Amino acid sequence: MRSDVLIIGAGGAGLVAAINAHENGAKVRVITKEYPIRSQTCMAQGGINAALGNASDDSVEAHIQNTLKSAHGIANEDAVRLLCESAPDAVEWLDSIGVCFSRTKDAKIAQRTLGGASAARACYAQDYTGLKILHTLYDRCKALGIEMLSERYLLNLVTQRLDKADIYIGGATFLNIRSGEVETYEAASVIVATGGYSRIYDKHSTNSTSSTGDGLAAVIRAGARLSDMEFIQFHPTALKSSSILISESARGAGGYLLNSKGERFTNELAPRDEVARAINDEIQKGENVFLDIRHLGEGFINEELPQERKLAKLYENIDPVHELIPIKPVAHYTMGGIEVDAASQTKIKGLYAVGECANHRVHGANRLGGNSLLELVVFGRQAGVNAAEYAKTFDKEIDAKEQTQSDKNFVLGIKDFANQIDFYEKRAVIGNIFYNNAGISRDDIGLKEVLDKVYKIQKELPLMGPKDKSKTYNTNLVEFIEFSNMLELCEIVLVCAINRNESRGAHYRSDIPQQNDKAYKAHTITYKEDGVLYADFVE
Amino acid sequence: MKIKIARYMSEEETKEFVTEYEVKFVDATLLEVLNEIKIKQDATLSYSSGCRSSICGSCSIRVNGREVLACMYKVKDGDEVEPMNNSSVIRDLVVDMDRAYEFNAKAKAWQSSIKNGLRLTKENQMINELQSDCILCGSCYSVCPVYAVNDEFLGPFALTRVWRYVSDKREDEPKEKIDTIQTNGVWDCTLCNECTLVCPQEISSKADIEKLRMKSVASGYSDPSFASFAFNGNSFDGSPSF
Repeated sequence: MRSDVLIIGAGGAGLVAAINAHENGAKVRVITKEYPIRSQTCMAQGGINAALGNASDDSVEAHIQNTLKSAHGIANEDAVRLLCESAPDAVEWLDSIGVCFSRTKDAKIAQRTLGGASAARACYAQDYTGLKILHTLYDRCKALGIEMLSERYLLNLVTQRLDKADIYIGGATFLNIRSGEVETYEAASVIVATGGYSRIYDKHSTNSTSSTGDGLAAVIRAGARLSDMEFIQFHPTALKSSSILISESARGAGGYLLNSKGERFTNELAPRDEVARAINDEIQKGENVFLDIRHLGEGFINEELPQERKLAKLYENIDPVHELIPIKPVAHYTMGGIEVDAASQTKIKGLYAVGECANHRVHGANRLGGNSLLELVVFGRQAGVNAAEYAKTFDKEIDAKEQTQSDKNFVLGIKDFANQIDFYEKRAVIGNIFYNNAGISRDDIGLKEVLDKVYKIQKELPLMGPKDKSKTYNTNLVEFIEFSNMLELCEIVLVCAINRNESRGAHYRSDIPQQNDKAYKAHTITYKEDGVLYADFVE
Repeated sequence: MKIKIARYMSEEETKEFVTEYEVKFVDATLLEVLNEIKIKQDATLSYSSGCRSSICGSCSIRVNGREVLACMYKVKDGDEVEPMNNSSVIRDLVVDMDRAYEFNAKAKAWQSSIKNGLRLTKENQMINELQSDCILCGSCYSVCPVYAVNDEFLGPFALTRVWRYVSDKREDEPKEKIDTIQTNGVWDCTLCNECTLVCPQEISSKADIEKLRMKSVASGYSDPSFASFAFNGNSFDGSPSF
């Protein structure tokens, strides 16, 4: 079952990579644990940044400077330049394949202002930007005849080791969710595009229940590195009772944040880390916080924010046209991810990563709204082209027997776990303590408490396990494996957050509120050797 | 509050039964209730879900015989929950959507001509704004009486998607798509409008199919069943009328 390029994950990043690898002559196979069109990308609402200047004066340089400023010193300027300089072309490409962007009266792509941006820079399609981009990419993949396999859950990467420093990729193993069988797909090169890990915060996240960091966990197990894992973005405005996202475009259009007294308390269009902290401070003071978009008017809300109105009615029983929207900040985007070089490649030869699961060092300590959809096009293209090129000259042997057998044993063995402790309960516990102690505001003592708890729960894993023992479509089993992946990542996030004794962007330490460039203007790198986790800082 | 859920399992032997669950909830979505049942009462209950905000199209399901998204539907006492119709059930409330999604490719639902720099006006863009809101939840295939009896019928969401691309000013070659939808396509629809009534995005595939019929006629095609009734088969005045 060999392909030239295997792409794991079929959100925007995976599909852009697939199209580009295909167009560079590779035989491409895409595998996702859902269906492609159900991926997290469909939830992106606000827009995709490009300095087109359609709605106000703008320049690529301003886009670069805004991105660098928001990154708080730990973005790579070359990568940011590439991202922003490629942006107009990326949007033009999306437009050329049929993405239904909203338009201005003079027949240009409409743009709006998101937080931290000096201009109206985010190209959008009402508040369905991600949905329309994802579906158009999916249609393009179908047009090109690219093979896409659904409902297969990544277990592990297949690697071949020539010597300690020379590891190359050979494919990956999956649990076919429908059949319950372990399947192995060999490939000359592999692109991991599996999305972020915000679901470690469980219900305190805007994300789909699928954002469980499976790809990151598999990559660090295989011997590659993760970086900047402590940087997790909290979106300022999620619905209070359900963590459902209310897009930043609501504030971009002039929405206010109010406390219980009806007072504004912050600049609504500051970058997300600042706004989330300001809201958190109000909540800590005992205030309720609301988003007020009533003054924007029913016509505008219906045209530009139709999803927001529908969701506020459904989950909070309020109509934003007439009422205040109760909100709180929740985990939304993970800046940290798989460490890649300027060619999107990891330490493992032939293994690439792209999208939210990867760290291309463009977001630094805090991502700007509108830069993640952009990232997946710019770097998805790069990863796809490079993986296809790598595959052309690949001439080594692949032997996946050992990994396949090991994963078959794992899937069989997991059903014999003791089942004395309920993992769903532990998942909720982790989510709560992460939100309280490893979320918007952190301190040394609190982080160490959480780490102790994570170690304890890791030890208890064999006492958990799936209650459902059947083979066919066992979501209980999949959720248990997701949980064990998240536990691996929880430990890494905490170790990184404890080591970074400063405040920077989304990583805010209430015990050390200053940014310390002398000691920490660096990336946190983590990797495992013989199962032991190591963390270093590198420039 | 009690709800009944249809269960299905095919492993060694096939089992079909209904489980009644008692849950304490007020004003909750069906998805919240399903999650609660899975976590607290019955880990074997299988269903699909994702975004919780009715945009990923995973949790389409039937309640009391009607297609809904579980994350959009507020549960009531006595509700009966079943998987969608017309797609094979894998387990419990999970159906296999691969076959239905293949109709997008069969109908060539994509943009065929790729070119840069064409400027679309706001009016151009509004033509298919609604159709491009489709989340492929599949509710329309579940309710479609034509797809129920003809499993080669291209079906509602694929035809809406064809209209979305055919009507797009960026598309240079709409004729090829119009050719594709003549067999098991636009003329097979009975215009019953069921697809419109269940669509969570308020899209009307029926209306899109009618527009595609007009495009087809403009391209020289005619309703094959009408043609067979008509004297000589070609006394057709150019507009489909039923």
